[in-house]
Amino acid sequence: MKPARIARAVVIAMGASYLLLPLLGVLEFALRMRRGAYSFDAFAAIFEDHRFQDTFLYSTVMALVTVVLGMLIIVPAAYAVRLHAPRLRAAVEFVTLLPLVVPAIVIVFGYVRLYGSDSFLPLTDSDFGADALLAFGYITLALPYIYRSVDAGLGAMDVRTLSEAAESLGARPHTILLRIVLPNIRTAILSGAFLTSAIVLGEFTFASLLDRPAFGPFMQLLGASRAYEPAALSLVAFALTWGLMVLIGAFGGRRRGT
Amino acid sequence: MGLGPFAVFAFLFLILPTIGLFVGAFQDADGTPTLANIAGLMTPVVANAFRQSLIVSGASAVVGAVCGLAIALALAGPGTPRFLREALLTLSGVASNFAGVPLAFAFLATIGRLGLVTIILRDVFGIDIYAAGFTVLGTTGLTLTYLYFQLPLMVLLIMPAVEGLKREWREASEMLGATGWQHAWRITAPVLFPSFAGAALLLFANAFGAVATAYALTGSFINLVTILLYAEIRGEVLHDANLGYALAFGMVAITGVCNIVYLRLRAFSARRFR
Repeated sequence: MKPARIARAVVIAMGASYLLLPLLGVLEFALRMRRGAYSFDAFAAIFEDHRFQDTFLYSTVMALVTVVLGMLIIVPAAYAVRLHAPRLRAAVEFVTLLPLVVPAIVIVFGYVRLYGSDSFLPLTDSDFGADALLAFGYITLALPYIYRSVDAGLGAMDVRTLSEAAESLGARPHTILLRIVLPNIRTAILSGAFLTSAIVLGEFTFASLLDRPAFGPFMQLLGASRAYEPAALSLVAFALTWGLMVLIGAFGGRRRGT
Repeated sequence: MGLGPFAVFAFLFLILPTIGLFVGAFQDADGTPTLANIAGLMTPVVANAFRQSLIVSGASAVVGAVCGLAIALALAGPGTPRFLREALLTLSGVASNFAGVPLAFAFLATIGRLGLVTIILRDVFGIDIYAAGFTVLGTTGLTLTYLYFQLPLMVLLIMPAVEGLKREWREASEMLGATGWQHAWRITAPVLFPSFAGAALLLFANAFGAVATAYALTGSFINLVTILLYAEIRGEVLHDANLGYALAFGMVAITGVCNIVYLRLRAFSARRFR
C-alpha cells in the first residue's frame, strides 16, 4: 500500500507544480519592469493605459449583450423543446453541439464571406453591424454550455405541471417564462452567464478577424510591442478567470450530472 | 413557437456560414464545380500545416489525457486530503479556461528565452535548453503550452468516471486472489476506457481549432492550419479564397470525425455504467 501512496503524492505534486510554475514565472517577469528591483510598475502601466480601459469596457459590454441576447434566444427554445416539441430534441441538441465541431475560426470565416462588404447583407461595413455579428458569434461559442446548463435547470424543475398550473390561472406564455420558468432556473442562468463571460472577455479570434476594439486583440497587440506589461496583463486575466469560476461555484452550485 | 428565434439564429449565424464555406470549397472563383481546391490541400505548405496541427493537437491530447487520468486517479485515491483535492479541482477549472493570449504570455515568461524556468535550468542546473535546440515557438514549446489547458480539462472530464469506480470491485478482486496489476488491467482499464478515449478525442478537437494561443506565442512563425487560415482571412497569404474554403472544410472534416467518435463512445459508456 505504501508505494501506491507515494506514487499518488508524486503525481499530485508534479501536476500542481506544472499548473503553478507558469503563474510564478509570469509573476516574476511582471515584477521585473524596474531595473534592479521588484516593483508593480507593469501593473500600474496597464491600469493607466486608456486602451486597456476602453477595450476592457468594450468586452464587458459585449459579454453582457451576449448573455442577455443568448438567454433570450436559448431559454425559450429549451423550454419549447421540453414542453411542446420533444420530437425535435435530437435536432436541437445536434445544433447546440455544432460549435464544438466547427472551430471558431471557421465560423468567423463564414461570416466574413457571407456578411462581408460585397454580400447581400454587408454587416461588416458598419460598426453596429460588426458589433452585432460579434455578439452573434459569441452566442454560438457559448451555445453548447448555455443550452446544457439551461436544459439541466429545466430538467430539475417540474416544467409541465407548473406551466399547466399557470396556464389554467390565465397566464400568457411570456408571463410563464418570465415569472415561473426564469426564477426556477436562475442558478443555471447565472452559471451559464459567468461561463459565457469567461469565454467572451479575452476572446481573440472573432474580435480580431471582425476588427473589433476588444480586449483580446488589445492583449495580443501589447504582447507584440512590450515586454513586461503583457506579463502583468496575463495575471490580471488569470485573476479574472479565477473570479468568474469562483462565482460559478458560489451562485451556480455544482453542475448537476449532464 | 419558442423555437422560432433560435431556428433563425442557428440558420443565419451557424449553419448558413458553414455551408457557404463548404460549397465554396468545391467551386472555383467563377462558381463552377471543381475538386481543384481539395487537391490544393496537398500542396507542401498546406499539407505541412495540417501535419504540424495534427502533431501538436495529437501530442497535447495524448499527453494531456494520460497525465490528466493519472492526476484524477491520484486525487480520488484513499488518503488524499479533501482540501488538496478541492484546491486542485478548482485550479483545474480555472486553468482549463485560461487559454489564448494571456496563456501565451505566461509561457513566454516561463520557458521563453528569458523565462524563469529557462534561467533556473541554465544557472542552477547548468542545462541550457535553448542551446540544446528547444524553443517555445516550436512544436514542443506549443505542445507544452497547450497542455496547460488540456491537462486540467482532462482531469475535469475524467473525474466523474474515476469517482464511479466502486471500492467493492477492488475488494471482490482481492477476494478472488487478483494482484493489484491484474485488477488495474482487467477491471479498471476496461471500465475507464470509453470515457478516457472520448475525452482524449475532445481534447484533440479542442487543440486543433485553437488560434489565439499559437498566434500570440509565435505570430506566424509556426505553420498550423489555424494560423494559415487566420492569415488567409486577413488576406495575407494564398490569395486564393477557394483554397481557404477547402482549408476550412478540411478542418471541420477532422474535428467532425473526432466528435462523432466521441459521442458514440459517450453514449456507449452511459449505457454500460449507469
